[in-house]
Amino acid sequence: MKYEVAIGLEIHLELQTKSKLFCGCSTTFGREPNVNCCPICLGLPGTLPVFNRRAIELAVTAAIALNSAVSDQSRFDRKNYHYPDLPKAYQISQYEQPLARGGFLEIESEQSFKKIKLERVHLEEEAGKLIHSGSSILGSEYSLVDYNRAGIPLLEIVTAPDIRSGREARLFLEDLRLLLLYTGASDCKMEEGSLRCDANISLRPSGLSSLGTKTEVKNMNSFRAVETALNFEAKRQEAILKAGGSIAQETCHWDEAKKETIPLRGKEGSSDYRYFPEPDLLPLTLDRALIQNISEQLPELPLQRRTRLKQQYGLEAGEAGLFTENRALGDFFESAAEEYSNYRSLAKWVRGDLLYQIRESGKPVEEIQPKQLIELLTLLDQETINRPVAKELLSEMVKSGKGPKELVKEQGLERVSGREKLMPLVERVVAENPAVVEKYLQGKDKAISFLVGRVMALTGGRADPGEINKLLKEKISQ
Amino acid sequence: MELYQKTAANLSLMLQKKEVSSVEVVQSFLDRIELVEPHVKAFITHTPLIALETASAVDKKRLLGEDLHPLAGVPIAIKDNLCTAGLRTTCASRILENFIPPYDATVVEAIKRAGMPLLGKTNMDEFAMGSSTENSAFFSTANPWNLDKVPGGSSGGSAAAVSTGMAPLALGSDTGGSIRQPASFCGLIGLRPTYGRVSRYGLIAFASSLDQIGPLSLTAHDSALLMDVVAGYDPLDSTSLPEAVPDYAAGLEGEIKKLRVGVIKQNLADGFNPEVKAAVLKLVALLGANGAEIDEISLPLADYGLGAYYLIAPSEASSNLGRYDGVRYGYNAGGDNIEVMFSRTRGEGFGPEVKRRIIIGTYALSAGYYDAYYLQAMKVRTLIRRDYEAAFKKFDLLVGATTPTPAFNIGEKADDPLQMYLSDICNINDALAGVPSLSVPSGIDSCGLPLGMQMTAPPSREGLLLKIAGFLEQKRDPFPLRPRVKLSEGGEL
Ligand SMILES: [Zn+2]
Repeated sequence: MKYEVAIGLEIHLELQTKSKLFCGCSTTFGREPNVNCCPICLGLPGTLPVFNRRAIELAVTAAIALNSAVSDQSRFDRKNYHYPDLPKAYQISQYEQPLARGGFLEIESEQSFKKIKLERVHLEEEAGKLIHSGSSILGSEYSLVDYNRAGIPLLEIVTAPDIRSGREARLFLEDLRLLLLYTGASDCKMEEGSLRCDANISLRPSGLSSLGTKTEVKNMNSFRAVETALNFEAKRQEAILKAGGSIAQETCHWDEAKKETIPLRGKEGSSDYRYFPEPDLLPLTLDRALIQNISEQLPELPLQRRTRLKQQYGLEAGEAGLFTENRALGDFFESAAEEYSNYRSLAKWVRGDLLYQIRESGKPVEEIQPKQLIELLTLLDQETINRPVAKELLSEMVKSGKGPKELVKEQGLERVSGREKLMPLVERVVAENPAVVEKYLQGKDKAISFLVGRVMALTGGRADPGEINKLLKEKISQ
Repeated sequence: MELYQKTAANLSLMLQKKEVSSVEVVQSFLDRIELVEPHVKAFITHTPLIALETASAVDKKRLLGEDLHPLAGVPIAIKDNLCTAGLRTTCASRILENFIPPYDATVVEAIKRAGMPLLGKTNMDEFAMGSSTENSAFFSTANPWNLDKVPGGSSGGSAAAVSTGMAPLALGSDTGGSIRQPASFCGLIGLRPTYGRVSRYGLIAFASSLDQIGPLSLTAHDSALLMDVVAGYDPLDSTSLPEAVPDYAAGLEGEIKKLRVGVIKQNLADGFNPEVKAAVLKLVALLGANGAEIDEISLPLADYGLGAYYLIAPSEASSNLGRYDGVRYGYNAGGDNIEVMFSRTRGEGFGPEVKRRIIIGTYALSAGYYDAYYLQAMKVRTLIRRDYEAAFKKFDLLVGATTPTPAFNIGEKADDPLQMYLSDICNINDALAGVPSLSVPSGIDSCGLPLGMQMTAPPSREGLLLKIAGFLEQKRDPFPLRPRVKLSEGGEL
């Protein structure tokens, strides 16, 4: 029997605000423990939460970018549970009336587009972080807790079970990450924990519409881990089903070292979070004008950009993809393209030599002036310099920040061309290498490239080999 | 007349005229505390040094001719669920016995800004859960009018302190009657402001959607002066009301417009103490004789209020009190692992009434019970609010008894939670509706215990309540406002 995989993702993203969701504490990552804290985010008795409007704007921005319908009125609820990283013993979250419902993200998978539907998008607060002396809270001599993270705004995105493979899950996450980077809502750093992903995965016989029993996979710490873990889990479930067994609804832990999903049998009872409306906050009312305003100010999103780059400049898919993923490089390209109309050549230089030089020098692309590259390409087009010199100049240009014309003058790199300049050199090489000339005359065509090389060397590599070739043949045939 | 016997308004005038210094005023109250406190036990924490320091600073400023708040130099006692920076705040609970907040409640900041010397933090029922102050984890407070009786609760310490002249003013908090009921039991003005009128920031939460801070005082004028200090919008409390606050003290002046007064049937019910009812009707008649239109009103859903309240308040409490787990602050009983530590800390740290309410609330919010209990109670609450909206279309003021009986004996209801809950029966609906409500002394019964009348106004009309209370103070037949504290060993203070 053939099985179809159904995966739904639950993604948590830290929103990129300066301060926390309900207090003024900084959200800076990597500071010493328990310094980004105040009585409010520590949940001291008597303290109360107050909305961070910026977090709400970012959440709305992300929701709109995800085509999700933002509610005029949403509500915050308390999710109650006891854990040392949760200062108030409840998390302020959204349960019955989330910020936004529905939506989709269109991903490009194997040359075709696919819409992954979303269930909901909501806002909640982050918990603190526990560091155990042992492997878990119950198996440790002691545990340390850091509340720097507690109260950072989190966006939760829940997808429908529309994802069909680990690879698709990864593509979804990569596209989601790019989308949210574009909107400025989150920096999506999985390694810093600002993007986290859990998955529900189940199998069903192909063609069936009802879902099979699912397992929840946790602890996937990179996009690659998501792909590997979900593929592994799909295979594990398939093996059980093919052997006539049944799947137990449970939570699995992805073990990155063993590359296995390990069921946490019986460790988690079903939790009752006793949700109820947060009485310390008024319902969140968003007026239409604000939503409209955010919607209008939304930047161009990755999928639109990719398509536009292809259409507007005739770029290849790979180039359009690169200029979308590397937004700054794409912006550089577009800025240069305003004054340089050979887009094909420009794109080649930007994705090739320029990108190479940027990586080599470690200099951010923002510090390079598009007009310098245009200047360089124009010098090349006018045959003032040749291609090898252009490449060298580009490297100098990136390193020093000096303009190509300036460098050409400084280093005397103008192209050596014209009969009057080149012919004396050609004559000299022919006179100095009679044996080679003889070989050429005997029909060894390749011998002439040696002579071209000699002349090139005399010009310091600044001449056009084609021109030399022509003059050499003319001289020898005399 | 000793300084401690004077009203806050009186002291304020004397201070402003420089007839007396704040240090002298504070000293008078400190002397009174030394004498009376051993018998009444109104305070959990005494702060004589803080009071004297503030007083002397205010005196200096006055000498320098600086602009001072009218209540500058007039001391105050505050309930021990209001956070005070650097000063322990216990909520009368073992679990917070040694908790020292690093910040001031917004009202505490306001008091400090006004230059009011803090005399101490007053006793209360643990986490404000109770109606007699017997649920304090530390000790009970006695009713100054009869030391065998309870002072009411949960703001019993604040009420007893003002009643005995240990403080001219006090702040309490009212979730379902915790200001008004002790005010009535001790013969004081006690005001529960409109929900949101006074910032809750720094008030240790019992039931967030119901908690309100308010004044207890001897006279309406004193409460008005204190409201002028503490009322107003606070950006730190999302539920605080943005609208501007009137000048309450100034609002006491002037004529009362023709009033339409509704006497709430349920708050003068058949089972109520006849002397309680008679005293209320006498004040109502006085209002009538002065031009008010009097009619009876029945709030159709009033009878469901108590049930709804005892689901909503414990539900919120079960969540609000989750944070006391010994991890960050407060009592920690230790244990081999986190689960043992949590349960031991909470098991040993909370008293029986608090545990009872946490259990009720946890149950009411649980999956499968939420709809039948919490949600149903919230629907009732909405309907009660509508009852009030309808009533205030016909009336400017609703009146009734503050409590069905005068103060009861210490221990009388301690083992019967339901009887205890019923003592707030007249106070709860106003709290559910979020409307302002005030208890004004209505007389002294044949046993020498004070009685109270409760008046309720539309949202944000606490000024009207204070004005009418002030009017009644002037027009009613006089009766003593302060007790002589009769000691069991003989003699009185
Ligand atoms: Zn904070």
